[in-house]
Amino acid sequence: MEAVVVKNLVKTYGKEQTVAVDDVSFSVGRGELFGLIGPDGAGKTSIFRMLTTLLLPDGGSARVDGHDIVKDFRQIRSSVGYMPGKFSLYQDLTIEENLNFFATVFGTTIEENYHLIKDIYVQIEPFKNRRAGKLSGGMKQKLALCCALIHKPTTLFLDEPTTGVDPVSRKEFWEMLGRLKAQQITILVSTPYMDEASLCDRIALIQGGRILSIDTPQNIIEAYPDRLLAVKANEMYRLLKALESHPDVPSSYAFGEYAHATFRHADTRPLEAYLREQGLTGVEVKDAEVTIEDSFIKLLH
Amino acid sequence: MRTLRFLLRKEFRQIFRDKAIVAMIFFMPMVQLILMPLAADYEVRNINLAVVDHDKSPYSQKLISKIVASGYFRLTGYNTSFREAFGLIESDKADLILEIPHDFERNLIREDHEKLFVAVNAINGTKASLGGSYLGSIIGDFNGDIRMQLVTPPRFSQFPVIEVVASNWFNPVLNYKVFIVPGILAILVTMVGGFLSALNIVREKEIGTIEQINVTPIRKHIFILGKLIPFWVLANIVFTIGLLVARFVYGIVPVGSLLTLYAFISVYLLAVLGFGLLVSTFCDTQQQAMFIMFFFMMLFILLGGLFTSIDSMPEWAKLITRINPVRYMIEVMRMVILKGSSFSDILPHVGIVAFMALVLNSWAILNYKKTN
Repeated sequence: MEAVVVKNLVKTYGKEQTVAVDDVSFSVGRGELFGLIGPDGAGKTSIFRMLTTLLLPDGGSARVDGHDIVKDFRQIRSSVGYMPGKFSLYQDLTIEENLNFFATVFGTTIEENYHLIKDIYVQIEPFKNRRAGKLSGGMKQKLALCCALIHKPTTLFLDEPTTGVDPVSRKEFWEMLGRLKAQQITILVSTPYMDEASLCDRIALIQGGRILSIDTPQNIIEAYPDRLLAVKANEMYRLLKALESHPDVPSSYAFGEYAHATFRHADTRPLEAYLREQGLTGVEVKDAEVTIEDSFIKLLH
Repeated sequence: MRTLRFLLRKEFRQIFRDKAIVAMIFFMPMVQLILMPLAADYEVRNINLAVVDHDKSPYSQKLISKIVASGYFRLTGYNTSFREAFGLIESDKADLILEIPHDFERNLIREDHEKLFVAVNAINGTKASLGGSYLGSIIGDFNGDIRMQLVTPPRFSQFPVIEVVASNWFNPVLNYKVFIVPGILAILVTMVGGFLSALNIVREKEIGTIEQINVTPIRKHIFILGKLIPFWVLANIVFTIGLLVARFVYGIVPVGSLLTLYAFISVYLLAVLGFGLLVSTFCDTQQQAMFIMFFFMMLFILLGGLFTSIDSMPEWAKLITRINPVRYMIEVMRMVILKGSSFSDILPHVGIVAFMALVLNSWAILNYKKTN
């Protein structure tokens, strides 16, 4: 059985009827780690808020654990865990009080589901009498995750859980998600970071309220249609200008210390020569490993 | 019930951790109750008086010293012409001018008849009317004294005279504080309860914690109750502190029963808190909530009958006061504390306020949406 089924979901805001979520459909299997990948304003949060019954859809339907998000909101509220993008626990309560509070509100106790949060909680337990407002970003995320997990949800919605968190904590966070997945908890996570996409089982690339592609990260990368080159030169700006003007390079963009460029031919030597002709030094051209980001950029064009 | 208990525990923890709020809750009523009644006094004192004495006789001197000795007036000018004295009014150095004509003493004794002229600066209405009437009664008194000296009264008055002697009930010496303290206490309780509750749910909205609450299975009425009860308790504490201040600072002991008083306060607070929570559910930011509450508080207080009598308001204003909970609170406070009214006397008030509480709280529950 599918844990989450979304059919033609639509959400518009305001008098201008700005479309935030445009005919979105996808489904997530039980125990799957599903990622919604897209830039800010793509509609990720709106989708999550509709699935967690905080927002009424303007069209379409969705089911979470077989419960309709409009009619059966009550069942959904007691069976899902939601971690909003903005830290939203009580800053003036301590770690332990927050956790206790949310356990009680869901009619359970910390002890009952301690096994679920144990791995995460032990890391913040030494500070359990510290107020949540005084915690570091990473610790806040861990506490928020604990609070979202304490009632043993069947499905977990994590809205940009790693935004504003340092790289080490981000890595740890994803490792924790991996362990939760092993407990058969369905996890939907949204993120603007492309590098996190490859850690999901399946991802949906989303932009402007529309889903561009849904597949496993591997398949999305493999489906990349063009030959992708990584080009390097000492003068990045001029390199990009030169690539843009080359007739056999349909698209090019900066990608770390390299520039990524799609290329129409098998032989790259004429391109190298062309770049040198343009007065660039230290030119290096090689085949690039396609990433989700490249796929995303491709889909946008 | 278990959820409610934990909600309450959480709310109380949060309130008592906010040092500024705790200080306000306990400090504000004390300071306001001690300062306001002393400063906000209806009695007009220190009225500046300019005298134009054309007579300069012993009688005129006697009159002037009698006026000054009353304690209400301060002699700020002793002029020789009205024009000169009027200059003092223009430069705001005098509020009243008393002009004593030539031959004041002679005419008074020989002709048994004389006129005085009083000019009042009416820019400050209260000061003008009270000052004028104080002066009038002092002069009348002076007049009586002279008659006593000059005329040996016959054994029985030749003319029938109706003498009016007023006796002030419930506040025998017309002590202004006895009248104002219960009113101020009523307003304090309203402000503390109203503002705290109005800002609370909005605060959860602003910080974002409401998001987390909304995805939980907490029922709406439980959530609202969880907000209502803590502030109800706090406002009752404020009220008790206020009663103690009234007792030990002003010596005001409620004539009626405390039980009656607390019974009314209990219902009244539900109405005020319900109003605050309702405002809270409508607003998105604390700033909005604050402004809306200020708007209503001003109306409630000014149309509550604390400073100005409701009976002397125009008809439309009287109608408005009927839906003003503060009005009923101030009335009941005065009835029970000063008059000793019993529960059956304030039953209509309890009924109206209970109805308001029911409407406001139901509305707040309906208007608090977990989904939007």
